[in-house]
Amino acid sequence: MPNRIVSNIQNIGHRVIESVWRLGVASRFFILVLLKSGTSLRRFNLVIRELYFTGVLSLIIIVVSGLFVGMVLGLQGYETLQKYGSESAVGTLVALSLVRELGPVVAALLFASRAGSAITAEIGLMKATEQLAAMGMMAVDPIARVVAPRFWAGVISMPFLAAIFSVMGVFGGYLVTVVFIGVDEGSFWSQMQSAVDFRFDILNGFIKSCFFGVAVTAIAVFEGYDAPPTAEGVSGATTRTVVTSSLVILGLDFILTAFMFRGVG
Amino acid sequence: MQRTTMDLWVGLFVVTGVIALMILSLKVGNLNVYNPSQSYVITGNFENIGGLKVRAPVKGAGVVVGRVTDIQFSTQTYDAIVTMSLDSRFTFPKDTFASILTSGLLGEQYIGLAAGGDDVMLKDGDKVMKTNSAMVLEELIGRFLFDKAAKDDSL
Repeated sequence: MPNRIVSNIQNIGHRVIESVWRLGVASRFFILVLLKSGTSLRRFNLVIRELYFTGVLSLIIIVVSGLFVGMVLGLQGYETLQKYGSESAVGTLVALSLVRELGPVVAALLFASRAGSAITAEIGLMKATEQLAAMGMMAVDPIARVVAPRFWAGVISMPFLAAIFSVMGVFGGYLVTVVFIGVDEGSFWSQMQSAVDFRFDILNGFIKSCFFGVAVTAIAVFEGYDAPPTAEGVSGATTRTVVTSSLVILGLDFILTAFMFRGVG
Repeated sequence: MQRTTMDLWVGLFVVTGVIALMILSLKVGNLNVYNPSQSYVITGNFENIGGLKVRAPVKGAGVVVGRVTDIQFSTQTYDAIVTMSLDSRFTFPKDTFASILTSGLLGEQYIGLAAGGDDVMLKDGDKVMKTNSAMVLEELIGRFLFDKAAKDDSL
């Protein structure tokens, strides 16, 4: 019996050491990507190709889900606010919740599962089929040629995707509450405009989405590069990308919100 | 896929993103989009503005006719100078009464304009002479208690 307890504790210790070690490897990899990103910024065509795959192809899911999230927010908000006779505040509700939270967070979650997983699978498969090793043989640095362009494309496209998500959400809320239900259009916009502040709401939401972009793509490229070169390893790495980046997005969101909106009305 | 097609799509994507950011700051956040050519500015001194904020609506008979553009504290008269920008379609007589009101029980505060009977209209830069301060709950209760105490004494 004591043997089993000891081995359990050993197990816990092993896991903790393993995860701390992995975090260290990930941080060193992240710094390495930053150091070697000069090539991808000089040969910007590499980044543009990746921008197409991560940004443009994510547009449809971002636009459609933004529209629906906004429409649901409008419906639910109207349902509750109408009880207090302040249904014209639904514009404020939709805009503030989208710009501050839902825009950056939901767009980042969608981005992680749409583009992050693709990045991991692509890099992981390149490693499994020894394409990365072949590049190394030809004196082409795989981090500079394969990883860095994908990283920068993700970082660039994330804020744009979050902004498009928020705009589509506001439009969806407008569509449901003003066009279908018949809330007064003037008070919808004017209450929204008097409540949403450029510095505190829109700029902070933008900063959040930049942080999420860095976090999601850093995790995605690391998991892909670190994946065991087997079919199983690649699939596991893809799953880990989605799970880890979702958790990191939510945790980071709490930390950023605590810093940004402390003491702000 | 062709290089040029890809470039086109990425360009469109970036342009859409920038437009979305512009819409967010201009339409949703209302970053300086007031057109001053079609409005005129009047000021009013209020003893107490309560919770009135910049960009609060100015209403005449409940209809929004303008917005509060600036609130300053005057060290000469020790009251608040509220600057309002009104739509030039709506003109008000010189003896218009401006009071700070609250929309609903818990709603935001706004300025209500009640037109007077003067023939001369308010012009750009004019000052509203008749103002009514915001209701402050503590003052109301204080006045009520004071009245009650005075009444009890006289009995």
